[in-house]
Amino acid sequence: MSIQVENLVHIYDKGMPSEQLALDNVSFEAEDGQLVGIIGHTGSGKSTLLQHLNGLLRPHSGKVIVGGVDITQPGVPMVQIRKKIGLVFQYPEYQLFEETVAKDVAFGPKNLGLSEEEIAERVREAIELVGLDYEEVAERSPFDLSGGQKRRVAIAGVVAMRPEVLILDEPTAGLDPKAHQDVLKMVQEVHERTGNITILVSHNMADIARLCDKVVVIDSGKLVAVGTPYEVFSQKDQLREVGLELPPVTQFTETLREKGIELDSTILDVDTAVSQIAKYLKKEK
Amino acid sequence: MIRDITLGQYFPGESAIHRLDPRVKIIATLLFIIELFIVDNFIGFAIAAVYLGAVIAVSRVPLSFIVRGLKPVIIILLFTFALNIFMVDGQIIWQWKFLHITVEGVRLAVFMAIRIILLLIGSSMLTLCTRPLSLTDGIERLLSPFKKIGLPAHEIAMMMTIALRFIPTLLEETDKIMKAQQARGADFESGGLIQKAKALIPILVPLFVSAFRIAMDLAMAMESRCYRGGEHRTRMHEMKLKGMDWAAIAFLVVFLAMIIIESRIF
Ligand SMILES: Nc1ncnc2c1ncn2[C@@H]1O[C@H](COP(=O)(O)OP(=O)(O)OP(=O)(O)O)[C@@H](O)[C@H]1O
Ligand SMILES: [Mg+2]
Repeated sequence: MSIQVENLVHIYDKGMPSEQLALDNVSFEAEDGQLVGIIGHTGSGKSTLLQHLNGLLRPHSGKVIVGGVDITQPGVPMVQIRKKIGLVFQYPEYQLFEETVAKDVAFGPKNLGLSEEEIAERVREAIELVGLDYEEVAERSPFDLSGGQKRRVAIAGVVAMRPEVLILDEPTAGLDPKAHQDVLKMVQEVHERTGNITILVSHNMADIARLCDKVVVIDSGKLVAVGTPYEVFSQKDQLREVGLELPPVTQFTETLREKGIELDSTILDVDTAVSQIAKYLKKEK
Repeated sequence: MIRDITLGQYFPGESAIHRLDPRVKIIATLLFIIELFIVDNFIGFAIAAVYLGAVIAVSRVPLSFIVRGLKPVIIILLFTFALNIFMVDGQIIWQWKFLHITVEGVRLAVFMAIRIILLLIGSSMLTLCTRPLSLTDGIERLLSPFKKIGLPAHEIAMMMTIALRFIPTLLEETDKIMKAQQARGADFESGGLIQKAKALIPILVPLFVSAFRIAMDLAMAMESRCYRGGEHRTRMHEMKLKGMDWAAIAFLVVFLAMIIIESRIF
């Protein structure tokens, strides 16, 4: 499976006074095994971009090629596309509606027309995968759960469909630090287990630097940079211009470098930073 | 999709019409509607159309935008047109089995169609050129004399304000929930009536939950700012008629006079 986005343009409310160019000529690609991070300021068009990837929005112009098929063409069966591409919306807990957690998670698999046994198995697996205890939550009402638990149930609802591409729009927004780490760990686990494409939107630069193989930066609907975390975060002036910060470790080491301490440029993780600083300190003695 | 509905929408602008006192606009609209029902010949409609045309021109709302708002009512329009054209007895000009068209029928059908179109455009000009908030402010002020007989003018206006304020929010919410369920493979298009009704459950449940959450949050936010209803509330924007408003009133009086004189003569 591969995804290619080519020259995507999207205009909201075309022809109205509130007309807005939300995506302006965005192109990038993703391949199996890649965990792609999308970053950008609030309102930069990230959610808009994601909704094009499974055909929920149609572009004004441009292509979205999923597994060799251009899904922006008329006549492409959308149900097939949505089976392959699982999209977890921003604040997905607001889409829960069933009486019990198990039934809600089963909604997606049921729409795929799977057998009862298959559904039951997938539901159990997905609920455990997102770090919840099946026995404990399965028969409870999703509305009685805590915010973080609801979030996990909603993510399980998409994971249970076993999509070939998993897209998550700010899955950690509004969670406490522990739940935040748990959700990310779960995303990473699912990603490694399946070896598929995972696309993640986040405002947390440290997470993006740590997890992603590829980073896409957008600002006001325009593509600003694409590349490995190292390539992207080494363009620090450009990032600052679009209102994005470097990961905290990188900020720290870059400040040290400005003060004349010899370190490698663009250090993205704490371990490297520690060993480099230790090396520098030894040399100084 | 859902957001394409333009009926009752506000068209942002800075024109003279936009800046008029909402009370003047509400009264002008009411009078315009009453006029349309008094008028009983085409010359009267011509005068009304010129008046409406002048208002549209000054407001700088594109005509295409106004016409787009008419789309949802085209069915009603065609239905009344057909009903009138076939149902009226008189001098027959065309006949087929039990169906017949008469001169009087055609006249009445055209007459009613013009009346409905003018009515719709006239009343949509009010909402197109007035912010929902100033509209409800205007209504509150106009209703306030009736407070003496126990009409809760402020509460009515506040309820309308809140309802108007949250229509776009709820539409947005619906859009979001629909997309989220579609992403989980929900299908809202195919299937029979029962299946389609069933497909609405995954939308309606989260929508109600959201609506109640929004309502609670709003109530909490209002209470924590000590909102207690209408008594002794002062307002940020005092409404006062300005020169422009008086000019509009004069314009309205001229229009009224023309219609009355016209209906006397013809
Ligand atoms: N349904 C819509 N109708 C009209 N305009 C919209 C709609 N959805 C988003 N927009 C506009 O498009 C732009 C991009 O919005 P989008 O939701 O994609 O941003 P985002 O990058 O996801 O932001 P955030 O980080 O806040 O989630 C914004 O300016 C927004 O106002
Ligand atoms: Mg977003």
